[in-house]
Parts: sequence; C-alpha cells; structure tokens
Amino acid sequence: MEMATIVRARGLTKCFKSTTVVHGIDFDIQPGRCVGFLGPNGAGKTTILRMILGLSPISGGSLSVFGRALPAAGRYVRAHAGVVSQEDTLDPDFTVLENLYIYAAYFGLAKADVAQRIHELIDFVELADRGDARIPTLSGGMRRRLSIARALINDPQIIILDEPTTGLDPQARHMIWSRLQDLQRAGKTLLLTTHYMEEAERLCDDVLVMDHGRILEQGAPAALVERHVEPEVLELRGAPDLIEDAVDGATDCRVERIGDTAYCYTRDAKALLDQFEQRPGLTYLHRPGNLEDVFLKVTGRDLRD
Amino acid sequence: MAMAQTARGAVSVWRRNALVWRRLMGPSLLINFGEPFLYLLGLGYGLGLFIGKMAGMPYLTFLASGILASSAMNTATFEALYSVYTRMIPQRTYEAILATPLEIQDVMAGEVLWCATKSLINGSAILLVAALLGAVQGWQALLVLPLLFLIGICFAGLALIMTAFAQGYDFFNYYMTLFITPMFIVCGVFYPISSLPEALQSFVQILPLTHAVALVRPLVAGGPVTDVALHLGVLVAYAVAGLSIATVMVRRRLRV
Ligand SMILES: Nc1ncnc2c1ncn2[C@@H]1O[C@H](COP(=O)(O)OP(=O)(O)OP(=O)(O)O)[C@@H](O)[C@H]1O
Ligand SMILES: [Mg+2]
Repeated sequence: MEMATIVRARGLTKCFKSTTVVHGIDFDIQPGRCVGFLGPNGAGKTTILRMILGLSPISGGSLSVFGRALPAAGRYVRAHAGVVSQEDTLDPDFTVLENLYIYAAYFGLAKADVAQRIHELIDFVELADRGDARIPTLSGGMRRRLSIARALINDPQIIILDEPTTGLDPQARHMIWSRLQDLQRAGKTLLLTTHYMEEAERLCDDVLVMDHGRILEQGAPAALVERHVEPEVLELRGAPDLIEDAVDGATDCRVERIGDTAYCYTRDAKALLDQFEQRPGLTYLHRPGNLEDVFLKVTGRDLRD
Repeated sequence: MAMAQTARGAVSVWRRNALVWRRLMGPSLLINFGEPFLYLLGLGYGLGLFIGKMAGMPYLTFLASGILASSAMNTATFEALYSVYTRMIPQRTYEAILATPLEIQDVMAGEVLWCATKSLINGSAILLVAALLGAVQGWQALLVLPLLFLIGICFAGLALIMTAFAQGYDFFNYYMTLFITPMFIVCGVFYPISSLPEALQSFVQILPLTHAVALVRPLVAGGPVTDVALHLGVLVAYAVAGLSIATVMVRRRLRV
C-alpha cells in the first residue's frame, strides 16, 4: 500500500496586503523523504513553512498536511511536527534541560513522561554535559543543536528546519548534518530550507528551487544537475584581461561570469584544459558541475535586496 | 474540547512564567513588601497624624485599602505591558510557543492568569504589612485576595490591548500617563470620590479602579459592602472585553 502524502499543496498562494509572495504553487512531500526548499532571500521559503504549520493563513489554493486542511488543522499539525525556526527561539530565562521540560509541557507531556526522552535527546545532540548551562552561555552551534533536540521532544513525524546551519562553523555544520541523516534513517520526513547547496546536495532526496514565490525547478539534486549543467566546470580566476583573453579563445563551452570569476561549463574539459595550460598567470579550478551551478542558472545571477 | 485545550495551554504558559518568577523571587518579594511598607508607614502614619479619620475610618486603613486595589492594577498592568511585550517580540518566546499546539487564545489566557497571580502575590504582601500595622479590621479582609486576582485579570486584559499594538516600550508611557496614573489619582485611593467635583464624580464611575477600590475598602475596614453586583459586574465586563479584544489584536498581529 502506498503511504499517504504528508504535505500536499495545490495553487498555494500567499499575499501580504497587495503583494503576492507565493504564487499558486503545487508540490507534494512524501513520507520519509528529505525535501529542501532552495531560493534567494525573500523567495518565500519561510512563508511556506509557516503556512504548513498553520501559523500563517493561506490566501488561496489548498494546503493539507497529514491529510488535513490548513489552517484549520494547525493544532493537530503542530502536535505532530518538530520546528527549528530561522532565528533561535530558546528561552533565555532557563537552562538547557529546563528549556526541554518547559517545551514538553506545551505539548501536554508531563515531566515524568519525558525525563527519559530528554536525556536521550541531549545525548543525541551531544549536550549531555551542558544540561544546567544557561542559554546565553551556549555557542551558536550548541543553541542550534538544542533547538533540534527541542524540536524532537514530541517525537514528530515531520521535522521542519528553516536554515538549520546558517552561521555555524564547519564542525557544527557537519555534526548537524549527521544528526539529520540519523533522523532520515529513522524514517522521519524532513523539510528544510538552506542557502548552502552543498548541504542540500548531501541531505535532500528532492529539492524545490524557487524564486519570487514560484517553483522554478524540482527533482533530485543529481537529476537537476544532469538536466541543467554540463558535467564539468572550469572556474577561471586572475586578472580580468587574462580571463577575457582565455574566455575569448575558449571553444565548445558555455561561459558565465560572477564578479571576477568566469565559469566555463563543458562536456569535454580536456580540450579547454589544454588551452588554459598555455596561459601563464591564469589560475583555474576543475570540478564537476553541482547544485550551485543549477541554482545560479535557474534563479539568475543578479544580487537580491 | 477547545476549552479544555485552551485551559491546558494556558496552564503551561502560566507555569513557564511562574518558573521564571521563582528564579528572581528574592528581589521581587523585597520590592513587594518594601514598597507598601514605606507607603503605609510614611503616608499612612505621617499623613494620618494630620488627617485623623477619613470616611469614618483611620486614614491608615483608608490608604491601605486604596493601595491594595491600585497596586493590583499596577502589578498586572506592568506585567502585561513590559513583560508580555518582551516575550511576544524581542525575546521570541511566543514564536517558540506558537510552534507547538498552543493557539494565541491559550497563550493570552495564560498570560492574563499569570498577571493576576502577580497581583495576588503582591497584594498578599501588602495585606500582611497592613495587618501588621493594625490597619486591617477583621478576617473578612481575606476576601480581598480573590478580588485582587479579579482586579489583576481586569487590568491585564486592558493592558494587553496596548501590548498588541506596541512597536516598542516607549508606547506604554502613553497608557501609563493617560490612563493608569489618572486613575491612581482620582479613583478614591487617597481620598473619597465624594470630595471630587460633581461632574468628575460621575465620570470616575466608568473607570474600573473606582469599582475595585469600592469593593476592597469595606472588606479591609470591616464595614458593609454595597452594590457588590454592580462593582463586580464592571470589573468582569472590563476583564472579558479586554481579554477578548487583546486576543483578536494579537492574533491579527502574529498570524500574518
Ligand atoms: N509579515 C510580512 N509582511 C509583509 N511582507 C512579508 C512578511 N513576511 C514576509 N514578507 C515578504 O514575503 C517575502 C518572502 O519572505 P520569506 O521570509 O518567506 O522569504 P525567505 O525565502 O524565507 O527568505 P530568507 O532566505 O531571507 O529567509 C519577502 O519579500 C518578505 O519581505
Ligand atoms: Mg526565511
């Protein structure tokens, strides 16, 4: 038997006053998948997550989670969801452990019933030795890990993470990735947003690339890379005129520029490499095409704001 | 069903606030006891020497009953303005709570109950100090305690309407200066309403603090309590209206 779709959106629309920030989008999220929402600042990612949780009324279309229509089902959905929001919302008046007990109470979970679970959770996020620490004394990475532990307090079926690793150092990021992978293996459905394409490529079964409230592309990261970018990329750096010359001479490739870097996309890097070898002073990086290339191609290279 | 959920949610919010308060209990109890002690000793005894009796009771008793009612107002008002705003906006406590099954009305109910609880704690301290100073006439004064809770709910609900609109703490100065402080002056805390000009006498009848004082004073002084239904009715009406309007406004602000 096919398991029921966890989130189903049809023509989902969101307007703030007269501006439309989500334009009638359709998507489905299947159980046990990790789905990433990618998009430049202001694309509408957080707004979509808020609608899924019943925190923001929908302006048009339909949205259901666990088969129940939102926003009416908000209470039910949030009872079975775990949320890590974009900004930390830990309670600064309490310690690590108190934060978890207090949060459990909002789900109607009594202290005695969650004591065991809370100890497992702080072990899971490696904060067992910081149980009595106050929130302001924690590092950014620790706070994020505690936020993840807190989001799991109700043993949620779906975990919603809005930029879970933004602002963290590489160690903290890797640690969070491995915890999220543990959750995936445990069969949880994960929904995350991120600005790190590497993160999306590692964690997500599917990504939705959006901009200006529209879904531009969706699919598995590898499939999107295959669909949109050539297999190999040469990134050229150096003096602008050097790059200019090199690019002018390059054949059989598609060239894109961002800032001082030129990206040459090609199916056959060998010929290009031979050409670039001839030019002293030119530095280049040879790498496979990746999700970031897809993202830049699909959403354009212009700065937002 | 929905009522039970709201009650459960409100209790969890109330407990969160109570736990924070317990942390800082020492200093806040010091203020709870110290302030009325100074007021009653300084004003009650000091002015009492000149004034003697007021409205047929020792001035200390008159003042103590007024201070009981007005501090229930002040305590709930402060908590519902400054502390609730802090939790709602800069501290993001509401964002965290609203990601759980709780709805806005549950959180608002919990906040109002907590504000009223603070009025009760603070008022109990004042009642104790007043009793020690000999200003309380008889055990019926204990009925003041549930009354303080109701006064707290009433003023918390009204203040939450302001909090729902506030863009910063400065906004609360208007409410304090234009509403709370005038009530403190004209609603019978320091002198009987009957000594006000006639026009003002009828006007103060629409202010909630007038009715709070009218109930608290005879209970403390040991006299007959009159027009109970009217006074309670006004307080309850303000409480219900305040909480309902505040809930709608906070929902309008946060559920965007
Ligand atoms: N309460 C609001 N009132 C008016 N406009 C809003 C509100 N919240 C969001 N917006 C607008 O909606 C758009 C989408 O915002 P949203 O926060 O969903 O973007 P995002 O994809 O999460 O961006 P980021 O990557 O910066 O977090 C933005 O243009 C934003 O300015
Ligand atoms: Mg966002």
